[in-house]
Amino acid sequence: MGLLSLAIWTPIAFGVVLLALGRDDQAQTVRWLALLGAVCSFLVTLPLYSQFNTSTAAMQFVENFSWIDRFNVKYHLGVDGISLWFVLLTAFINVVVIIAGWEVITRRVNQYMGAFLILSGLMIGVFCTLDGLLFYVFFEATLIPMYLIIGIWGGPNKIYAAFKFFLYTLLGSLLMLVALIFLYTKSGGSFDLAVWHAMPLDRTSQTLLFFAFFAAFAVKVPMWPVHTWLPDVHVEAPTGGSAVLAAIMLKLGAYGFLRFSLPIAPDAAHEWAGLMIALSLIAVVYVGLVAMVQQDMKKLVAYSSVAHMGFVTLGFFIFIDLGMSGGLVQMIAHGFVSGAMFLSIGVLYDRVHSREIASYGGVVNTMPKFAAFALFFAMANCGLPGTAGFVGEWMVILAAVKFNFWIGFAAASALIFGAAYTLWMFKRVYLGPVTNDHVKELTDINSREFLMLALLAAAVLWMGVYPKPFTDVMDASVAQLLKHVAISKLN
Amino acid sequence: MIDKISWIAVYPDMVLLVMACVIALLDLGIKSPMRGTTYVFTLLTLGVVAYMQADLALRGDTLYGFGNMVVSDTMGAWLKCFATIAVMVTLVYGRPYSSHRGMLRGGEFFTLSIFSLLGMSVMISGNNLLVIYMGLELLTLSSYALVALRRDNATATEAAMKYFVLGAMASGFLLYGMSMLYGATGSLDITTIFKAISSGQIRHQVLVFGLVFIVSGLAFKLGAVPFHMWIPDVYQGAPTAITLMIGGAPKLAAFAMTMRLLVEGLLPLAVDWQQMLLMLSVGSLLVGNLAAIAQTNVKRMLAFSTISQMGFVLLGVLSGVVSGDSATYTANAYSSAMFYVITYVLTTLASFGVLLLLSQEGFESEEIADLAGLNQRSPLYAGVMAVCLLSLAGIPPLVGFYAKLAVLQALVASGQGMHLGIAVFAVLMSLIGAFYYLRVIKVMYFDAPITASNIVAPLDVRVVLCINGALVLVLGLLPGGLLALCGSAIRKMLGT
Repeated sequence: MGLLSLAIWTPIAFGVVLLALGRDDQAQTVRWLALLGAVCSFLVTLPLYSQFNTSTAAMQFVENFSWIDRFNVKYHLGVDGISLWFVLLTAFINVVVIIAGWEVITRRVNQYMGAFLILSGLMIGVFCTLDGLLFYVFFEATLIPMYLIIGIWGGPNKIYAAFKFFLYTLLGSLLMLVALIFLYTKSGGSFDLAVWHAMPLDRTSQTLLFFAFFAAFAVKVPMWPVHTWLPDVHVEAPTGGSAVLAAIMLKLGAYGFLRFSLPIAPDAAHEWAGLMIALSLIAVVYVGLVAMVQQDMKKLVAYSSVAHMGFVTLGFFIFIDLGMSGGLVQMIAHGFVSGAMFLSIGVLYDRVHSREIASYGGVVNTMPKFAAFALFFAMANCGLPGTAGFVGEWMVILAAVKFNFWIGFAAASALIFGAAYTLWMFKRVYLGPVTNDHVKELTDINSREFLMLALLAAAVLWMGVYPKPFTDVMDASVAQLLKHVAISKLN
Repeated sequence: MIDKISWIAVYPDMVLLVMACVIALLDLGIKSPMRGTTYVFTLLTLGVVAYMQADLALRGDTLYGFGNMVVSDTMGAWLKCFATIAVMVTLVYGRPYSSHRGMLRGGEFFTLSIFSLLGMSVMISGNNLLVIYMGLELLTLSSYALVALRRDNATATEAAMKYFVLGAMASGFLLYGMSMLYGATGSLDITTIFKAISSGQIRHQVLVFGLVFIVSGLAFKLGAVPFHMWIPDVYQGAPTAITLMIGGAPKLAAFAMTMRLLVEGLLPLAVDWQQMLLMLSVGSLLVGNLAAIAQTNVKRMLAFSTISQMGFVLLGVLSGVVSGDSATYTANAYSSAMFYVITYVLTTLASFGVLLLLSQEGFESEEIADLAGLNQRSPLYAGVMAVCLLSLAGIPPLVGFYAKLAVLQALVASGQGMHLGIAVFAVLMSLIGAFYYLRVIKVMYFDAPITASNIVAPLDVRVVLCINGALVLVLGLLPGGLLALCGSAIRKMLGT
């Protein structure tokens, strides 16, 4: 069994065991087993990085077996510089999320932990597949555990949120399914991504395919104006669910753009790049402003996610290597930072059971250790140099200025909004006098919460100070992708 | 004198016939309320028959018997094998339910089931219009009686009446169409009819006139819009065990009948019937999915879901022939429909199995609300039900997804611009479908249970249900084998 298969199936196997055997009267055993599973799953991804060859853009750790002969579908896995870090990120976030749900979840613990483990395996699968249908299977299968996570352990309006999440994303994916079948027919019976990348396509087909993929990926990213599901879902999802959603699931969409939309329909991508850039800028600027007026912390962070993902898509569609790497770096950074932001909100929510900013104030007086972490993550969220948030945004803005000064200018202005809404929220929640009685009774974070936040803080700091390991991995693949996209596929 | 080949072609059906009579006699001496002995004998018989069918299928010969009246080919043998297994599973799930409701006072539940299975077998093997019709009548007459088995229950009796009246009308349609074909071609033999029509000597108008009635009759039996009216009422009204008996295995026979009549017999008229099927399937997808949203009764919801699923099957059947140039496309299309029907029956069995399990003595688990909090009462059964519903909704990695994929791929591959539009329509309809399936999952997983009572079930039900649910998932992860099986069966039938 190859390393990638191991990375996919280890968490799923642990998840299935938990689902099958776990009972609520052995909750503690279940938790430890889940943690063991998550840590094992993370450890098996580490050799991927250490054995990765950064000098080539080719797929590495390739596994290729026949899976369904009737459709010529292959169990075809491999990673390149674009996908490698997301495999590690997913496995890492999964460990953190398991720690985050430790004492919080008391009902049906095995199902909660099992769902997260299975979800993490499926998401790793999305990043690793080189076969169109296998991609779709993993991509869609992630909906099932997430739907249950939101619906079972979510907030008061969880059912609405669960349905909105499932149906909204399913609508997009179903159009992608038709696109995949179309490509399969057009290519004479192949689901192989490499074949699709090399296949010439006329202008109409490219446009149709581009928009079919757009329907699936833009909803997932989410890009403005199909972002409306995200705030609703984030608000109602349990903390762990929000963290995984923001940290990993949104990346599935952005990753899809790089793996499908751009290389399969390069001419359409160039043709519609203006629209994509416009939508990204609206996300960055307008949604940033929307974030500023939110009363609910989770909603605020959700809107800030949309704005940050706007940077990612902006970086992709200016077709400059700096922008594309910047977008990728921003995706990873956002994975750490947004995960951390949601987990911080979760720490407060577990104690007070409110997400309203107005319910807090002066938290620093009672929870100094926690406030220090929160400040650090807030700084990362507004892109302070030295944190992960800075690197990606800076690269994208530089690339945008190179491409067109005014686009760069508009994107850069968003840094101000980002700082404004994040710091204003920080001020209202953590600083100032204690205005609510329940804030006086707060206890500072325990060692479990400390560990979880410290893990993320270390990652954010490392990436901010020394981003070279991240960019080094990407360079060859990004250059190769840009070279591919620059060549027209019209015959 | 009847030759040896004829016997080989039908010997499993003969075993079925003989054993049905033996079991009916044997049952006379049985007093126990659960009819354990009858049950065991029936299951043994069906097990042996299923094995014989599988053996015939694996040998892969195509045998014509009794002067071309019946045919035994790979497709038929597999379908008969799966139908036999489906009836077995139905009996396992249905026995406790039936016993609680006084339906096991006599052994009719078992003998009628065997006779309906015999009807299916005859339908599937028929190579002659009359044989097919006879099989159909044997199946439906047994089914009418099965629905009315709970004779002191007003809803069940009403359902039986409805089923009988509408079913008789559908049979009339079919018979009328068959007589038109006979009049036009001078033969009841399907092979001869095919040759006669291919020769181009027969007036097209007469043929199409007969075809309309044949297709209407088939649509009645499959439950395609606008001939679907009986499905929701009968599904809801019949005792749940019987609902499964008429909603499960007979679909396989109806598919076989469609193949025999439309493909083996009337393929030269494909251009005509493809258009009819297109209207039927679009209507079924639309009405089935939209009407299912409004239902509060699970059985009724599953009835409308069946209608929409049959729409997909018809999509597979109609995307077969494209200007007759590619045999692979044709085989792919029919095999996708076959795969769809088989997996549909598999999924239906498990989902009704859970409903039957939850229906305790004096309590019918029929409303969606009755499933509330099932996950807290039993994570296992909730899991089986969830897997089935997601499979029906076509969410990967469950088997229903590959069924939909196969059909859609065949549809797109048939290469007509309109078919791409139909494919988009079909996926949008399955989005609506996803909504009502998810709603049931929501009730099971997110709502609080109304009762905390334990779910008691005999060991045989539990074991079969677990295997059934697991198969939906396992076939979803490894669908290659079954797809290949359907592919080779259809290719043999088409003779390519």
